[in-house]
Amino acid sequence: MSQARDIIFDGVWRNNVVFSQMLSLCPALAVTSAATQGLGMGLATMAVLVASNALVALLRGLITDEVRIPAFVLIIATLVTIVDLVMNAWLHELHKVLGLFIPLIVVNCLILGRAESFACKNSVALSALDGLAMGAGFTLALTLMGALREIGGSGTVFSGAANLLGPAMGVLETRLYSGDGALVMILPAGGFIVLGLMIAAKRTLDAHKKAPRPQPASVHSSSPAAAAP
Amino acid sequence: MNTTDTTPTIPPVASLSQRLARVIELVGGKHAVVLGGFSLAATLLLTVAYSLTKEPIEQSALEDLRHSLEQVIPASIHDNNPAGDTLQLQVDGSPVLVYRARQAKQITGIAFETSTRGYGGDIRVLLGIDQNGKLLGVRVLHHTETPGLGDKIEVTRSSWITRFTGLSLGDPPDAQWAVKKDGGPFDQFAGATITPRAVVNGVRDGLRLFAAHRETLLQEATP
Repeated sequence: MSQARDIIFDGVWRNNVVFSQMLSLCPALAVTSAATQGLGMGLATMAVLVASNALVALLRGLITDEVRIPAFVLIIATLVTIVDLVMNAWLHELHKVLGLFIPLIVVNCLILGRAESFACKNSVALSALDGLAMGAGFTLALTLMGALREIGGSGTVFSGAANLLGPAMGVLETRLYSGDGALVMILPAGGFIVLGLMIAAKRTLDAHKKAPRPQPASVHSSSPAAAAP
Repeated sequence: MNTTDTTPTIPPVASLSQRLARVIELVGGKHAVVLGGFSLAATLLLTVAYSLTKEPIEQSALEDLRHSLEQVIPASIHDNNPAGDTLQLQVDGSPVLVYRARQAKQITGIAFETSTRGYGGDIRVLLGIDQNGKLLGVRVLHHTETPGLGDKIEVTRSSWITRFTGLSLGDPPDAQWAVKKDGGPFDQFAGATITPRAVVNGVRDGLRLFAAHRETLLQEATP
């Protein structure tokens, strides 16, 4: 199904939340001082995004156009609060690790952005897929940023992975060189530097790929399925 | 003059659906009903979720506390449940909750939480102290220090915090409770001095609190 493939490619790469849409930069900069943290935030956001997209798509017939934004905000805030409560009650170990990120998700504009530009115009299945793809793209971006900053700043990559993913994933924890790296990479300034470099890298890659067979740029438009007349 | 004429009224002979439609129009049309309905549903869902999760959450919070207490009070020195044997101490007008460890009814150690100002906010530290004023263990319960720099105060990330075990107010001497940069024996972290300095100060203040209230804290009241 080419539509599904389009949605996936759009979310993960072409229209990537951080590198193309430039949304959710606040969590992207704030939590990516280590790869594991980026991964944790990405996964938590992905889970909420799939659920909120599906819910908004399911209820889209009930929501009138004029009050859609407050209705979306209400749905998302309720969903995130319930996820937070349920995780705290029955997945307490996971909550201890991800709990920090969950309240941050409420204010993540990515969630509202996808509800507004995709989920309220598409079926439940496609919206859930869009949430999955956008969430995966977000996770990819955050993990990459975290890994680069961690390698530059601490000399390790995926430190603390065993805490997040279980003891089996402790093998991911790698020390690349001994001693501490450049401190600036862990500090907020390093976040901006790495983000800038990665956006530049993505643009260069895209331009490179586009050169042989010219196609209309879709970097600035929202997903084609949503923009289609 | 004609105020009574403009006031919308429900016709007396209207079917139920007509009345309902009129009421909806009066309160602002369909939008208000949609938004009101969503708010009502959200409130209902949250109430249900809250009441269902309340008890398990409290249970796991208690479990966390018990786990932290186990780390600062070794099991070998008590036969009671310190989490359930508490004492409310008033220090400068603010309450401090003290957990007491007993062996054959004798208090062998206590644990309490103290708060210290770190780089990114308050750092909450749990201290375990034996009856002679010697530290049994120190653990950080909560902090908002810079990840990758200041978070080495967590025992899961670094063994730094275990350095305090066995120390007391005179050992090292009072003036020596400082990080190496300030002339003391405690390591600071590369790129983070404020965080370890805050913890060192917090632990010392906790020991001072113990010294000042020693009698009350070790008082043999039946649990």
